[in-house]
Amino acid sequence: MATLPVKELQIIDAFGPHVSRMAGPQLNTNIEPDKLVKTHCCFCGQQCGIQLKVKENAVIGFEPWEEFPFNRGMLCPKGVKRYLQGSHPDRLLTAFTRDPSSPSGFRAMGYEEAVKKVAGEIQRIQSTYGNKAFGVLGGASLTTEKTYLLGKFARVTLQTPYIDYNGRLCMVSAGVGNKKAFGIDRAANPWQDIIGADAIWIAGANVAECSPITTNYIWQAREQGAKVIVQDPRITPIARTCDLFLPVKPGRDAALFAGVLNLMIQNNWIDREFVEKNTVGFQQVADYCKQWTLKKTADETGVPARSLEKAAELWGTAKTSFMMHARGIEHSTHGVQNVLGAINLVLATGRIGRKNCGYATIVGQANGQGGREHGQKCDQLPGWREITNPEHRKYIADVWKINEADLPGPGVDCLEMFRKIDAGEIKGLLSICFNPKVSLPDNQVVQRALEKLEFYVAIDFFLNDTARHADIVLPGSLHEEDEGIVTQVEGRVIKINKAVDCPGEAKEDWKIIQDIAAALDRPHGMTFTGPKAIFEELRIASKGGVADYSGITWEKIEADYGIFWPCPSHDYKTGEPIDHPGTPRLFVEGSYNPVAKGNGPFYFPDGKARFNVAAYSPPAEEICAEYPVILTTGRVVSQFLSGTQTRRIGPLVDQYPEPKIEIHPKLAAKLGIVDGDWTLAETRRGAITLRAMVVTTIRPDTAFVPYHWAGPKSANRLTISAQDPISKIPEYKVCAVRISKAPGEPAYVKELEPQQG
Amino acid sequence: MPVPEHFEFFIDPNRCIGCQSCVQACGECDTHKGTPMIHLEFVDRAESVQTVPVVCMHCDTPTCAEVCPADAIKRTEDGVVQTARKPRCIACGNCVQACPFGVPKLDIEKQLMMKCDMCYDRTSVGKKPMCATVCPSQALFFGTREQIEAMRPRSKPMNQFKFGGQTIRTKVNMMVPIDVMPRYVDVTAAMDDRSAGKRLSLNVINEDPFAEIEV
Repeated sequence: MATLPVKELQIIDAFGPHVSRMAGPQLNTNIEPDKLVKTHCCFCGQQCGIQLKVKENAVIGFEPWEEFPFNRGMLCPKGVKRYLQGSHPDRLLTAFTRDPSSPSGFRAMGYEEAVKKVAGEIQRIQSTYGNKAFGVLGGASLTTEKTYLLGKFARVTLQTPYIDYNGRLCMVSAGVGNKKAFGIDRAANPWQDIIGADAIWIAGANVAECSPITTNYIWQAREQGAKVIVQDPRITPIARTCDLFLPVKPGRDAALFAGVLNLMIQNNWIDREFVEKNTVGFQQVADYCKQWTLKKTADETGVPARSLEKAAELWGTAKTSFMMHARGIEHSTHGVQNVLGAINLVLATGRIGRKNCGYATIVGQANGQGGREHGQKCDQLPGWREITNPEHRKYIADVWKINEADLPGPGVDCLEMFRKIDAGEIKGLLSICFNPKVSLPDNQVVQRALEKLEFYVAIDFFLNDTARHADIVLPGSLHEEDEGIVTQVEGRVIKINKAVDCPGEAKEDWKIIQDIAAALDRPHGMTFTGPKAIFEELRIASKGGVADYSGITWEKIEADYGIFWPCPSHDYKTGEPIDHPGTPRLFVEGSYNPVAKGNGPFYFPDGKARFNVAAYSPPAEEICAEYPVILTTGRVVSQFLSGTQTRRIGPLVDQYPEPKIEIHPKLAAKLGIVDGDWTLAETRRGAITLRAMVVTTIRPDTAFVPYHWAGPKSANRLTISAQDPISKIPEYKVCAVRISKAPGEPAYVKELEPQQG
Repeated sequence: MPVPEHFEFFIDPNRCIGCQSCVQACGECDTHKGTPMIHLEFVDRAESVQTVPVVCMHCDTPTCAEVCPADAIKRTEDGVVQTARKPRCIACGNCVQACPFGVPKLDIEKQLMMKCDMCYDRTSVGKKPMCATVCPSQALFFGTREQIEAMRPRSKPMNQFKFGGQTIRTKVNMMVPIDVMPRYVDVTAAMDDRSAGKRLSLNVINEDPFAEIEV
């Protein structure tokens, strides 16, 4: 019965989001911390090193960690204020059960009773409707140990194919593109390779706001002579001083890449020797690109012809280069094609696998990389193994000590899971680290689907917007209350260290998962004594896979400030045990990998990279007379994802209290809107009213809204649920919107605090 | 222990991304926890994303101190201009009005002028100021002149500023483009210009990339 138990405002009153501010020992200037714990930020994929100040089992502040090589003490405002998520008034300290008779909609429940209730409902649903009637949703902010355990829990304990994760909304287009082109899905280079590159191409990445520390690498490269190309519909802070700005129309990236490659071919700016020796498929790509004449590309992408020519020249004639992209090109119904288009530009120049010759997607979430490698993705098993590959299935079934036949097949992506909930196929759901009511596109459908669930259990540390629908809420652990590994943006595996114990009856997430398995009387493979024991099994499960962690130990991570995977425990050629140092740079000439077996540096049997025809197709929803403006969405620097944490941290809320609709003065003038006006944005799916922000730094045909807020302020009320056919990523970056001056202040203004949705 | 002489503070607005990390981190400093002493300014948000972090420039002859009727603002031997001394400050706000850089702020509740003291509690024990440590773009940099010259060949530190007839030398350096290296930064020269955001030097997009787009 996953309907909201009482009015949403009543739940918000009790569970927040309220904001935390410095108080007590956090404000005391004369306090000596008991200890400084070296760990990492809980937010984005950069995973900056940070030291948390701990006093009497509470985090009271931070101290920069200048020795950690990636960020050397640097932090964005989220990192600076992350410590304020601890000792928070909204922290869940007990389990809760849905109770419409309670003013808050929930009643505290003993932990054991709650776990028993969860197990009973899983049992009931699975025995009534079959194992597949229960689904699991995970997230890429969890440690890799937790994601591994969650995948195993779904496949072994619940025997359901239906598990997927919020990285579906984030990393999957890049993942698929990387696999198709390189046979492996990871940033090809450490960030140090950015410094010294001649040309840097940033495609669809608001680096300054979404991965702030990367800015310093790019600025340093520029000091040393790098030319910076930025492809974006908005002049973001990284674009402000770039050498070449490509003001691309949202959703036209594959066309842009094809047009530029065509120009490079015409000018013979291609490394023919590299292409011949190390790749296959160039000719098909060249044939496809022929149609992308300068005029056609300029017309389709909205980028002036002279800028396209300049881009081809800068990129084509550089000696060294670094290509990086992010959600701007990936959040698309042809996200995989966009990624492949970018990779084609890299392969055509042969500039990969060497110092200062690099390629990477900039991951969004804390464990955006590690969280997609070890089995919480619907089609995948640990070590980036494929759930449909008989050998891979056999290997993992053996590690898990089950019959291969009992290992479920592939499930479906998280959006499809909600469609299955809506259709009544999935009756029960467990979610952790996922807030789909804010983060999924066209998110009012999510509410409808949730209401159809017979049983929904959420594990969380704050009651997030989606968990308000839960029948049972189990109090999980904050980042600083547990330990384990994550893999950051470069492919560096690092260790999150525990700073404080879980408060009240809250438990480490891995304990909760195992407690449910125990209560189900299905303890097989779910009796780990801690994250380290899970990690030891993960090492074995990943051994021999492409994402090989078998040679990584927690001790090595600590000693070396992280280890880049692949890091095998045994030499790929001789099978002898080795102390492998990790692999900071992929695709180095002469390197050996277990797929190519010495035939070449790429992860295919012939060792060669693949050119893929990156065919352009327009976005799912084009603008029209009724909805004449392109809507695109993204982040602001002071908020993170669906805001479950950052909408609860006072100083971050103060920095950018509420979402705004960003439009160009030309459009504003046409609509009679001035800066600060209440403005209505309507799409075929929903409508929201926000204040306008009128700036010349956005394309005049485009509007931008950040997506971190909920309910009547949620950008995802507007977005379209169209997905890439291969990666299943939703098209957050393009839909058609109608914008007008709102008749007045929206009703929510009188009811909600700025951070609330 | 004074601030090590060979360490200097450098501001490079060309690098600033407006993230406010410096401001957020400033409020974490032990001497003024919870209250940032610095701020961030958008030059002209309607026209540009250009921002500038505003920290105290620590003038050789601080105007704030010169105009203080209570002699509450002291400059240490190593050149750090400090927050007003509590027993002396009468919260008159003269310093706030007079500072050519717009740095001091009056805390009405505390009846005290408070300002950036270059994280004296940190720098005096060999640490870097909080803002320059965390700054993700290193628009705020604390280190040696040799370091900055080696790392940033396209600009040079400059510490002379002109306000009408007044020229001020500061302890804090501003990075200026090497190709237009002036003898001083004339702070008031552009005061009446509109849309300064588009005309700042160093590769700033100087034509409207959206000029041809119809709505």
